[in-house]
Amino acid sequence: MKLTKTLLATTALTVFAGAVTAEEMTIVSWGGAYSASQLKAYHEPYSEKTGVTILNDTSSAEAVAKLRAMSEADNVTWDVVDVVAADAMRLCDEGLALEIDPDKDLAAAPDGTPASEDFGELLVSPCFIPQIVYSTAFGYRTDLVGDTPPSKICDVFDLEAYPGKRSLEKRPINNMEWALLCDGVAKEDVYDVLATEEGQDQALAKLDTIKDSVVWWSAGADTPQLLADGEVVMGSTYNGRLFSVIEEQKQPVAMLWDAQVFDLDGWIIPAGLSEERKARALDYIMFATDTQRLADQAKYISYGPARLSSAPLVGKHAELGIDMAPHMPTDPENAKNTFLYNYEFWADYRDDIDAKFQAWLAK
Amino acid sequence: MSDTADTGPVLAADGTPLKRSLAKALRVQKTRALMLIAPLLIFVFISFVLPIGNMLFRSVENDIVEETLPLTIPLLAKWDASTGELPDEAVYDALARDMVVAVDAKNHTKLGTRLNYELTGMSSLFRKSGRVITKWDVDADAPFKEKFIDLHEDWGNIEIWKTIQTHSSKFTGGYFLNAIDMQKTPDGIASQPESKQILVKLFTRTLIMSLVIMMSCILLGYPVAWILANLPARQSNMLMILVLLPFWTSLLVRTSAWKVMLQQQGVINDVLVWLGLVQDDARLIMINNQFGTIVAMTHILLPFMILPMYSVMQTIQPTYLRAAKSLGATNWTAFWRVYFPQTIPGIGAGSILVFILSIGYYITPEIVGGTKGVFISNRIAYHISSSLNWGLAAALGAILLAVVMILYWAYDKIVGIDNVKLG
Repeated sequence: MKLTKTLLATTALTVFAGAVTAEEMTIVSWGGAYSASQLKAYHEPYSEKTGVTILNDTSSAEAVAKLRAMSEADNVTWDVVDVVAADAMRLCDEGLALEIDPDKDLAAAPDGTPASEDFGELLVSPCFIPQIVYSTAFGYRTDLVGDTPPSKICDVFDLEAYPGKRSLEKRPINNMEWALLCDGVAKEDVYDVLATEEGQDQALAKLDTIKDSVVWWSAGADTPQLLADGEVVMGSTYNGRLFSVIEEQKQPVAMLWDAQVFDLDGWIIPAGLSEERKARALDYIMFATDTQRLADQAKYISYGPARLSSAPLVGKHAELGIDMAPHMPTDPENAKNTFLYNYEFWADYRDDIDAKFQAWLAK
Repeated sequence: MSDTADTGPVLAADGTPLKRSLAKALRVQKTRALMLIAPLLIFVFISFVLPIGNMLFRSVENDIVEETLPLTIPLLAKWDASTGELPDEAVYDALARDMVVAVDAKNHTKLGTRLNYELTGMSSLFRKSGRVITKWDVDADAPFKEKFIDLHEDWGNIEIWKTIQTHSSKFTGGYFLNAIDMQKTPDGIASQPESKQILVKLFTRTLIMSLVIMMSCILLGYPVAWILANLPARQSNMLMILVLLPFWTSLLVRTSAWKVMLQQQGVINDVLVWLGLVQDDARLIMINNQFGTIVAMTHILLPFMILPMYSVMQTIQPTYLRAAKSLGATNWTAFWRVYFPQTIPGIGAGSILVFILSIGYYITPEIVGGTKGVFISNRIAYHISSSLNWGLAAALGAILLAVVMILYWAYDKIVGIDNVKLG
């Protein structure tokens, strides 16, 4: 009898410990400087305002797989999750994320513009709440490129003018587009060409010309490290990472913004939360994505706020005191030639092209 | 003695037959033993057997197609694809009814993702169709054939229908075929186009490189284990700490340290250039290739080889060697004919440990392997966490598991598993 009682008591305790108490929520993000900027801009003010304790998790890279597993186990422990737009679309497709109504669930701009207009085209999926615009761009070592620094994306493919290694991401997305662009395909035709077998072969053939000089990365921190060590002369990564190499660590690195690929990052709320947790998650989202808060985040990291109305509020870096606007991917000076990640295309072609890309890599 | 024949079976003190009484006592003992190991048994079952079984089951599971399109699939089964004509209105009508229900439950996009593994374009076809179909009234809006083709031209593409028909069975061998670079097509089983063949290559590479890593662990570990076993206790304890030290350091730290050592601007290259052995513009490439993976993994797995060897060598009497020499053997003969055979159980145990660990290694090849030094496990991880093709990941995992078991069986046949000693 005593044993049964003990067992029952332990089980009850576990259940209580497992249930999230009313004053806590788990927010999942990417970690590093990015999570730090969210902590300062969103979490701390929100906790102060409501008294809710925010637990941080840094699982965003595996968010889709983990949410799928959680949902299958019927035990979703996350309240708000930061994911890239492509992942938000997949979560929405799988029914793992909550659909939101922008005008009801998100704050209007200070001048009364409804959220659906303020975010505009960036609302790429009914589940996705945009937060920042980031870009994948190139950085190069100023001391290793000679007197004429690279200024065009095709300089990446020019081994004669810029000998040395370059780092590219170990996946087809972005690389295939850049390769076609530098193989004479017009910008507006890139995805039509890439949808054909010949186009995919053409892109891989172009990449083949520099294959022996490429270091392939899989974590966003790799390129900054490789640049700092002098292992590569240029490399692609997220622009915020390059900002911190250039401005915070003062390495001899500069930006090559040409043909940068815009992508979006934002929040989703997992499907299947209890009413109480859902209400709290929505309350957090309403707070964290208003005009001022989005502009605040840009004080800590060089990613552009997703709202039109936030752009004029972007000021100086909180610690370095430098103007953030020229470091934003959306700055007119930087955004002369840009690409927008084509979500529909990659949702369809991702598996197919990735298989080819990996087979090509292994050759 | 004479009266045993007529008293029947031997009785215990309480009058029950001794046989039954004994069996009862044994049963109680067995139950008690079972109770003692029950927590472990239940733990292993819940945390190990169930999840692995569940995961392996996904490699053949395919009920999503039939469950999402319950009306369409039986009708489609009767359709003869070889006529080259599209299915008739009845199929489109069933599809409309199925889709309205599926869109409501948000299952149509899941199905699209599933079928997109087989035919590129399915994902957006289902997603785009869902947005329109949700507004349809299944009774009032018939007929649907024209409507579907208006909605998306692909619904008039016979390949789409063939793909749905081919992959509609409740269980499928398709994932296993994909895992060995084959595919299930409407016209039967075929190999993948050459430009997409990679998995068999990765399996072979994983096996070969694991063998190389195992061999280099044996070559490097054997002398170390011998020294450890033959030094006086004080010194050997000191050395033991050096062997165990890597165990106390995080795997990631050790792997990253190799990156610092091996890269082109790294420590080893810097020293070689400083010594003048290597030109500054011709620094050695020692990382992001197979060499990097082999070096880093050999280092990480070395203790698993040294420890079993060491404990076996410790039990070998030094007198055997002395006896061999006193009988006229040279140093080499004494070692090779007398000492070495006695260490084989240790080598065997270490080899099994290192080989099985390295065959499933993931993080080290990912960091230092570049493109030519990655393993099949990196591809499994990709399909689990990025492409979400869990069926294919499960099939790859099942094959890997089967390969390990076959090798284990072969080892048992050739060397004998009784001949493995951890000490």
